Amino acid sequence: MSFWEVTLFLWDGFLISLLIFAVTLLCGAPLGLPIAFCSMSKCKPLKAVSKVFVWIIRGVPLMLQIFIIYYVPGLLFQTPVFSHMDRFFFQNYSISDAGRIVAVLIAFTINYACYFSEIYRGGIESISRGQYEAGYVLGLTKSQIFRKIILKQVIQRIVPPMSNEIITLIKDTALANCIIVCEIIKQAKELAATKAMVWPLFYTGVFYLLFVGILTIVLGQVEKKLKYFRS
Amino acid sequence: MALLTVNDIKKNFGKTEVLKGISFSLEKGEVLAIIGSSGSGKTTLLRCLNFLELPDVGTITVGDKVLFDGSDDTTLSDEAIRQNRLHFGLVFQNFNLFPQYNVLQNVTLAPTLLKKGTPQEIDATARGLLEQVGLSDKLESYPYQLSGGQQQRVAIARALALRPEVLCFDEPTSALDPELTGEVLRVIRSLKDRDTTMIVVTHEMEFARNVADTVIYMADGVIEEMGTPEEVFGNPRSEKTKAFLQGTQNIY
Repeated sequence: MSFWEVTLFLWDGFLISLLIFAVTLLCGAPLGLPIAFCSMSKCKPLKAVSKVFVWIIRGVPLMLQIFIIYYVPGLLFQTPVFSHMDRFFFQNYSISDAGRIVAVLIAFTINYACYFSEIYRGGIESISRGQYEAGYVLGLTKSQIFRKIILKQVIQRIVPPMSNEIITLIKDTALANCIIVCEIIKQAKELAATKAMVWPLFYTGVFYLLFVGILTIVLGQVEKKLKYFRS
Repeated sequence: MALLTVNDIKKNFGKTEVLKGISFSLEKGEVLAIIGSSGSGKTTLLRCLNFLELPDVGTITVGDKVLFDGSDDTTLSDEAIRQNRLHFGLVFQNFNLFPQYNVLQNVTLAPTLLKKGTPQEIDATARGLLEQVGLSDKLESYPYQLSGGQQQRVAIARALALRPEVLCFDEPTSALDPELTGEVLRVIRSLKDRDTTMIVVTHEMEFARNVADTVIYMADGVIEEMGTPEEVFGNPRSEKTKAFLQGTQNIY
């Protein structure tokens, strides 16, 4: 195989990595918000449930969570749910791995939502009481205060820790190969096994590096844009 | 009839009695200064008037409208509390401007959200108020670019934009460098000339003496002494008041 063919073969895998990255970010980031609100709730049982949930998700390896999501429905319903999905999508739309990818997306979204929720909670709790009170004495409603006063200050504060998580996320997508999803490292391992080529495995690092480089620039721009005020 | 009547306000935090029955009334255009040492309940009183705290006992009446009655068992809804707050304005010790908005936006935000006029009217009012506090050249500045005195003057304009019936100040100059207190006190004084009804919690004795119509000295959650500045400063009846005033004077 030529260098160019290897590149294209790996790129196919990297598209899967990017898909996991994008869906996790698009679903996990909003989902983190209700979890954060539950963790800060005045309702004690709700708060306890939320805290225990976040503790479990952050306390167990993501790889194990992928296995659990992938296998447990099969054990519960006595039939391999995600394998059926694989077959269904392959037979009807010629898409391979669809069921496995869905399992990975569910595990990733829940896992990252919990990490994001803790970042949100930290950001929201770091805003001083005085900002809320200034809104209250001006006769604003709680929702107006959150949307018009608190939110932007929170966003400014959480961009650096969020950037960190986002950069970790693209590299975590490699974990999908534990249930044989053809992301980029799985593709490289495939070449090692079938063509006795080891160098593509190391070559995958270039894909990650380039993407993280782009992310760093974009997130840096966002951070810079929000720096117009100091709180 | 008095504009504001506060009757027998009591407030506990846990087992600590912070306000032990505060009563006073205020006429329209009157300036009331509240003095007293830290922990005497001055700030809690202002926070009760602005419904940041709810008193346990007592009544608060503005005009002929009873805003709060401690003997009424029904709890006030969030919306009722919000409406009540609109009768009062509060200027905080540490300004609490909104950092992401510039000076003009800080003043127009609440009137805009509360739909207190057309955007043009709100903008014109805000510019007028900022001119009144001497900040016409800082409309586009962000709070972090301003000195403490300038920030506090923006906070005053922000509170005035909603035309509160009673404007409260919680130690408005305590967080300022000494050379910046003058500009803020001058603004507050100019408001008196425009017939603004004000309650000023302050440690500036000269200001209280010269600007206030009535002075209240608070100690341990009660009004220890109340009267005109001449009475309270010139001829205090209570021993506690005498001791407090001497403490503030005999520094050297």
